[in-house]
Amino acid sequence: MPTTSPLMLTETRNLADTSETRAHTTTTRAKVTIPVKGMTCAACQARVQRALQGESGVIDASVNLMLKNAAVTYDPQMISSMALVEAIRETGYGAELAAQDQTSFEEQEVQDRAQEEEYRELRYKASLSGVVGLVAMVLSMPLMGVAGADAHGPVADPFMRWAMESMTPAIRAVAPWLYAFTPWVLSYALLALTLLVMGWAGRHFYVRAWSAFRHHSADMNTLIAVGTGAAFLYSVLATVVPEFFLSRGVPPDLYYEAVIMIIALILTGNALEARAKRQTSAALRGLVELQPRTARVVRDGAEEDILVENVQSKDIVIVRPGERIPVDGEIISGASAVDESMLTGESLPVEKHSGDRLIGGTINRTGAFRYRATTLGSDSVLAHIVKLMRDAQGSRAPIQKLADQVSGIFVPIVLSLAIATFVTWFVTADQAPAMRAFAAAVAVLIIACPCAMGLAVPTALMVATGKGAERGILIKGGEALQRAGQINTVVLDKTGTITEGRPTVTDVVPVLGSKWSEKDLVRLVASLEASSEHPLAEAIVRYAQEQSLILETAESFQSVTGQGATGVVQGVALAVGNEALMSGYAVDLTETKAGAERLAGEGKTPMYIAINGQLAGMIAVADPIKPTSREAIQQLNRLGLTVVMLTGDHPRTAEAIARQAGIDHVVAGVLPEGKVLEVRRRQRAGEVVAMVGDGINDAPALAQADVGFAIGTGTDIAIEASDVTLMRNDLHGVASAILLARRTMRTMKQNLFWAFVYNVVGIPVAAGILYPVFGILLSPILASAAMAFSSVSVVMNSLRLRRARVA
Amino acid sequence: MSTMEWMVMIGGIATILWINWYFFLARQVVSNAAIDLEGVQEVTIVVEGGYHPAVVRVKREQPVRLIFDRRERSGCSEEVVFADFGIRKFLPTFGKTQIELTPSQTGHFTFTCGMSMLRGQLIVQD
Repeated sequence: MPTTSPLMLTETRNLADTSETRAHTTTTRAKVTIPVKGMTCAACQARVQRALQGESGVIDASVNLMLKNAAVTYDPQMISSMALVEAIRETGYGAELAAQDQTSFEEQEVQDRAQEEEYRELRYKASLSGVVGLVAMVLSMPLMGVAGADAHGPVADPFMRWAMESMTPAIRAVAPWLYAFTPWVLSYALLALTLLVMGWAGRHFYVRAWSAFRHHSADMNTLIAVGTGAAFLYSVLATVVPEFFLSRGVPPDLYYEAVIMIIALILTGNALEARAKRQTSAALRGLVELQPRTARVVRDGAEEDILVENVQSKDIVIVRPGERIPVDGEIISGASAVDESMLTGESLPVEKHSGDRLIGGTINRTGAFRYRATTLGSDSVLAHIVKLMRDAQGSRAPIQKLADQVSGIFVPIVLSLAIATFVTWFVTADQAPAMRAFAAAVAVLIIACPCAMGLAVPTALMVATGKGAERGILIKGGEALQRAGQINTVVLDKTGTITEGRPTVTDVVPVLGSKWSEKDLVRLVASLEASSEHPLAEAIVRYAQEQSLILETAESFQSVTGQGATGVVQGVALAVGNEALMSGYAVDLTETKAGAERLAGEGKTPMYIAINGQLAGMIAVADPIKPTSREAIQQLNRLGLTVVMLTGDHPRTAEAIARQAGIDHVVAGVLPEGKVLEVRRRQRAGEVVAMVGDGINDAPALAQADVGFAIGTGTDIAIEASDVTLMRNDLHGVASAILLARRTMRTMKQNLFWAFVYNVVGIPVAAGILYPVFGILLSPILASAAMAFSSVSVVMNSLRLRRARVA
Repeated sequence: MSTMEWMVMIGGIATILWINWYFFLARQVVSNAAIDLEGVQEVTIVVEGGYHPAVVRVKREQPVRLIFDRRERSGCSEEVVFADFGIRKFLPTFGKTQIELTPSQTGHFTFTCGMSMLRGQLIVQD
């Protein structure tokens, strides 16, 4: 597996993004990890690092001696990745830009292949052992006829005896010759068959059990090995030296066919379990299969099909209708509708134009386009998702702790119980004490199933995270999932979460009798605001551009934080902002007061416009709520959750938005720090709080919340900051995630309950607790069937989650 | 009770005591990581019905390289999980897999298979 392949990442990030007041700064940088050959000591490491740091355009270089690579952050406009490789080579060490990293994909593929092989092998062994078991049953039948009379004893297992007695007439009719063999021949034939099955199909049980034993540990294999091994050894002694038993008044019982059937049944259970376990990772496999093998790129002016691993950052990639997009990138020419449903859960294709971001693995539907490759390999969105899912599926849910603790001590305790069972039966049974003691002890060993406990939580977690990912809900791990199931309060950030996050101008109201028309006001205000980077200013400028108005350059501009802006445009003094700004200039607002109240009541943000110290009008900007928000919030309410909206807006505007969205609890005028405090306040009041935000400017609140949901992004920053990432930009995902978490927790509890109850009830029954009252003694064969069924049923119950309705 | 029954009872109790001593109390072999020229603490752990060695002692704040040498097909051991370090790794059959970490805290950290049945321990000391 290539662990040191270069990972290319080109990022364009908006920095200094703080809450409602945003200043946009754009930096472009790239990261590359280059494998370095030949470094042997710290001095080599320092030399390579110095060489890289000495190159202009290198922002940061870190050489890792252990991993034998150099991680370089650089400005791609100043230096290329190939130049970095050259810089390393000049120091005398080997370096090469290898293929794009495929670790996550390859690892998953190798795991899939291994699981498939394991399933096939188990299935083959189980079916052949089953056939041999049937043959052994038939061979044992003539021995039954001599029960009590022959030195080689009867078939000891009560269930087998019953089954074989039922079949005897048929066998007698079909194969009467079988009864011509002496019991001695039949016994040795059975011994040989059992040895064959144990040495071939069941070999791994004994090898692993011995290996574990040598290191003071014990697992399921120990129980199977001890159970079947003891039954086999007893039978061998009864076959070879029956006199030893007879002289001590103990019947020389045979358990050969029982041993074979136990192995066959346990292998069948293991095979079914392996197949079911494979299904739990079906969603993950589906994601890995999204990755296309080849890409069509433009190299030296010609189109060329190359392996996707060979695509480099900035390569121009061509995609035709119906084709899968090979790597992440940005459209440079052409347009199309792209089906992103496999990653975001969004059922409708998304329109993509020049400059829009593409995700590798999604499907191009209608048009053809060219795009520039950006993030590749393990930095691609798909690889991030695959890695996140693999990590999540391997994580531990706190609920598993008890199962882990019990698993750790389970097997030695069962071994002790089996011995106690043997002793109790041997000492207390009136008839055939040795036979009963032996059968009960073996049944205890065989029925005990630590696997069901071990599978209860991880299988449910795997299915749930897979199901989430199919719907664009990326859950970070077991702990996040468990907490999500306990949420009772959902705190929603307003901008970009409930609303579109893109304010637009809704009203322009000139003062009655003013000489300034609506167009004049927009042109002047937009000319002034063109110097501002505030989102509200951007909305006004965009509105002016949509009206095809020609903007002037402001002669002066001054931003007044939290109030608005002032300046001079075409010789007129302008002030645009809120009441506080206007009162600073003693502008009389009486005429528009009622109108402003009305606009705020509609959820809009009104701004007063004063020209040369006189009120000239108002301009209102609104950030409309997403079409899906209201329905999603109703869904959250139906789940019994308290929904709270947090915003920095004026209370009146906030209340209007909340009313439109159907939210009862609003906290307005909150600064970014205030969001954390509000989350903390609710947690102190005993609420389990989910915070939903865009993942960047809400990071502290997301971290403070019991579960942080980042909405509408697939970026690595958002994934890092949150417990749950929603790939789709609507709130439905929050309800789906909470519902999925609740269902999963229910499944986990059912599984654990079943796994514990199965063992708590099964072991005493196998030990013969029902015998004194009901005369029921469990056969080891039935015990092995129950054991096989136990772990399969847990996995099957987890698989039910795949069909659970979560939307 | 007959002599045979007494013998079975005493034998049974003795075996139970021995099992519990062997699996819970008997000392496991602790393997100290070897430090290579690069200052990396390296240990090869054979995965076959368990982890051998199952207990590895390493120093804090020094890079650790654990090489898992999986010598079996059993699905039980296909993954190793270091829950405290947030590491989960698939171990290919009959192959070696490296896990690298640098422990920043002292203590006993359990590593397990995907189902918590196979267990090992990383002891981090100053």
